[in-house]
Amino acid sequence: MREYNKLIFECSKEGRKAYKLPESDIPSYELPASLARLEAAELPEVSEVDVIRHYANLSQKNYAVDLGIYPLGSCTMKYNPKINEEAARIPGFAQVHPLQPVETAQGALQLMSELEDMLCEITGMSAFSLQPSAGAQGEALGLMIIKAYHQSRGGSKRNKIIVPDSAHGTNPASAAMIGMDVVEVRSNKDGGVDVDALKEILNDEIAGLMLTNPSTLGLFEKNILEIADAVHDAGGLLYYDGANTNAIMGITRPGDMGFDVIHLNLHKTFSTPHGGGGPGSGPVGVAGHLEDFLPVPVITVKKNKYDLDYDRPLSVGKVKGFYGNFGVLVRAYAYILTMGAEGLKRVSEMSVLNANYMMDRLKEFYELPYDQTCMHEFVISHLKNNPADINTKQIAKRLLDFGVHPPTTYFPLIVHEAMMIEPTETESLESMEEFISAMIQIAKEAVENPEIIQTAPHNTSIKLLDEVSAARKPVVKWKGYKKDE
Amino acid sequence: MLPYLPATPEDENVILDQLGLKTADEVFHEIPQSIRLKKGLNLEGSKSELEVEGILKALSEQNLHAGNTPMFLGAGMYDHYIPSTVRYATGRSEFYTAYTPYQPEISQGTLQVIFEYQSMICAITGMDVSNASLYDGASAAAEAALLASSSTRRNQIIVSETVHPDTGRVLSTYMEQQGIELITVPMKDGITDLEVMNELVSKKTAAILIQTPNFLGYMEQVEELEKLIHQNKGLLILSVDPISLGLFKSPGEWGADIAIGDGQSLGNYMSFGGPALGFMACTKSLMRKMPGRIVGQTQDTDGRRGFVSTLQTREQHIRREKATSNICSNQALNALAASVYLTTMGKQGLQEVARQCYDKAHYAAETITKSDKYRLAYNQPFFKEFPVISSVSPENIQSTLLKNGIIGGYALERNYPMLKNCILYCVTEKRSKEEIDGLKQILEGMT
Amino acid sequence: MTILNELLYSKEHEWVKVEGNLARLGITDHAQSELGDVVYLELPEVDDEFSADDAIGVVESVKAASDLYTPVSGKVVEVNEELPDNPEAINEDPYGSWMIVLEMDDDSELKNLLSPEEYKEFCEQEG
Repeated sequence: MREYNKLIFECSKEGRKAYKLPESDIPSYELPASLARLEAAELPEVSEVDVIRHYANLSQKNYAVDLGIYPLGSCTMKYNPKINEEAARIPGFAQVHPLQPVETAQGALQLMSELEDMLCEITGMSAFSLQPSAGAQGEALGLMIIKAYHQSRGGSKRNKIIVPDSAHGTNPASAAMIGMDVVEVRSNKDGGVDVDALKEILNDEIAGLMLTNPSTLGLFEKNILEIADAVHDAGGLLYYDGANTNAIMGITRPGDMGFDVIHLNLHKTFSTPHGGGGPGSGPVGVAGHLEDFLPVPVITVKKNKYDLDYDRPLSVGKVKGFYGNFGVLVRAYAYILTMGAEGLKRVSEMSVLNANYMMDRLKEFYELPYDQTCMHEFVISHLKNNPADINTKQIAKRLLDFGVHPPTTYFPLIVHEAMMIEPTETESLESMEEFISAMIQIAKEAVENPEIIQTAPHNTSIKLLDEVSAARKPVVKWKGYKKDE
Repeated sequence: MLPYLPATPEDENVILDQLGLKTADEVFHEIPQSIRLKKGLNLEGSKSELEVEGILKALSEQNLHAGNTPMFLGAGMYDHYIPSTVRYATGRSEFYTAYTPYQPEISQGTLQVIFEYQSMICAITGMDVSNASLYDGASAAAEAALLASSSTRRNQIIVSETVHPDTGRVLSTYMEQQGIELITVPMKDGITDLEVMNELVSKKTAAILIQTPNFLGYMEQVEELEKLIHQNKGLLILSVDPISLGLFKSPGEWGADIAIGDGQSLGNYMSFGGPALGFMACTKSLMRKMPGRIVGQTQDTDGRRGFVSTLQTREQHIRREKATSNICSNQALNALAASVYLTTMGKQGLQEVARQCYDKAHYAAETITKSDKYRLAYNQPFFKEFPVISSVSPENIQSTLLKNGIIGGYALERNYPMLKNCILYCVTEKRSKEEIDGLKQILEGMT
Repeated sequence: MTILNELLYSKEHEWVKVEGNLARLGITDHAQSELGDVVYLELPEVDDEFSADDAIGVVESVKAASDLYTPVSGKVVEVNEELPDNPEAINEDPYGSWMIVLEMDDDSELKNLLSPEEYKEFCEQEG
């Protein structure tokens, strides 16, 4: 394999060009001197060949779902269908301007409106906003809606939100971002919310409870109906973090469980690609009594004509420019069309079966903090037989040597040395076996040859990276610029 | 059998046997019966690729788009040239089907792309540090305001009326949530009213947020504004059009503390409003308070240069409610597109694109206003957009242009009630002289 | 874990050296060991005033960011300006790397702190 170690700036040579624009047949106009840039931006000067080789070589340094299993718990790294990629690139979608007269964008609006209906059906909610850019933004919006609801009913005292101690970090971060205080509720020994502890902290200062179901431990919240009643009785609202929706499609629905507001992660459950970290999409669904608070604009349809309604006096406002990540929405829409009702149910069934299968095969070698039927993901902690005290980070790095991506590590925080594993439904028995064998091999090495784990990775093109100096003395841009640091 | 579900009935049996179950349904035994769905979801059945293609084709054909219709519409999203190199890179599945680079040893591709993106954003904005991207320009503005407030420990943000209306709305939504006072300074003659700004800025002001070119396309008087806010020890947040930085003074050259904006113009399709690309770059002193991911350079145990996500302890997965922001996913693939664009266009190309936009927009403004039916709204320097007032109603103009296969500009009255009969035209490097002359002719012929 | 006998300790793993009406603060050996390599330190400013148990700063490592708390009320009179440029010192010599000096409002608050023996027990219980 080629070793490629250049930054694009290091390929630059003055005068090289990778583009050609049509000649301008327009006269030149003067630029006011006081506004002119003093020194041209120091961007690279390379040929098109350099550009292509650069990115082609860089791509070889990435692991990706298209290469093999990526069992990151909580991320739902399922296969990204290629028809969806083509769909998003259709010029009649990709090249539409959001501010075109609505009559010239009816197809785009119809797609969004139909997607909203599909998501309502899948989740049991009454209405959706497709605006948020990602799950975290969806959470912030959902909490804003909860806050607005209480304020409209004179309950402005309600400024606290309850979050389980197993919650994803975005939950409390979102609450803080919108000025709410966070109260933690502990989990019981079965990994669910401790209902008695919850009832103790419910009062008239509580706006609501944020819950993921299945939880971040991959376990179904058995007491959900009791929890929903308790929160509602105390005057609070229930928020559903939809990160784990892959386990329940066609099986049950958050709307039926009693949730008032939810968000979904299209880049998890609905197969849109992760893109190396984004873009995502985090649509928010609400029960009927919260519809008035949805952000503007809302898509309306009358006699088959679609429009955008900004006249919503109770709306919480806007969290993002325009209407949402339409390019991502197209992919999710195509996915739901492809899977259909029975396909989505099959997705959930297989995602849960696959996870339980892996858990069953691995529990001989790894500690199971919660030895019960899991949903689409499960948590293991340290090795059962661990004389050399191998930790989760070391196991993760050793997995790299086997050519598979490690699971999520050190999350959720309530499990010591946690590893969270989510195969998803798009992994076959054969690809799961690859991962299982690697994990079993490591369990053997932990006893027979621990040093090989402790000094991993060995087979990657780059070895263990020094994260400490990267944080102490951050170098966050190329140092070759003429401008001083 | 569906193409993305590899398990055959035989495979399923292997799994059920391992688990000691008879049917898949048994694995859901924990779920209370009362909330189990008794019948299938009320959605259509699964479809083949050909059927899905057909449905999408029908929907997409109902839309006009930049590929088949020349447009003079800007107002926050732009029809710019996107080189084929961009599609090549964003189409590589090693980039788009990868996850956030939490295991750096097998994510050097993504990490290096982001490091280069950060470097190039610093190069064009003239700032010290950039993050790995935020959702879009509007939410970047909200994040910048929150950053300014927390770092100055002041509770007031002043924004100009001339910023993009969505930016204003998003700002106000977020500031309200955190109880930060948001004051809007009106415009005068198409740009921020300096006199009013002078009266309002005080030691209570965390920052002023100015967009240049502003929503109307005009360049703001940044020099005066910079002096004013820094005299009061507040921060200057400049929201900029990245293409304009090929010609105009950069935020760094202006002395801004935080530079933000939307990078859609850098190699990203308009896509009916998203996904876009929020960029944020700031001075060195604000680095640790910046929201979002940041990639840093380091070395491995053998001394090889490599890249890692750094300063992660500020982020949600560690700091939780004390995080600098709740942001988790960002716009990595759009940042890749922007990187490839900036690499392909390069030092000369960005200047050439900006120059063509500038010249073509000024030619269009000059030629349209030759007719006494049309005049420029204000007499201010502009980049690639300009507002034109006319005696003809905007609705009339829009529908006539559409009949002629052209998408016209943005009618400003809905956001600026004092600008009646005023349309914001945008001319990018993609508009030819022929198209501009054609526009002028139709406008001239209007009554 | 090293515990020095001439210091007092808080349950947040800070050490306190009493110097008349001044309290000198840092983090303990146990704390630096749990954090891992310290990469960054955020300290308050001179003249900042705090009540007991207020968060006064942040110590960051690669995997965690811990708040620093003051176990006593008071006004900051001295800050170790060199320490943020040299965070490794906190790992190498936690008791020699003081962070701030507070002029105490009420030294009776000191009785809320743990003696070296009590701190040792506390650490053993926590672990």
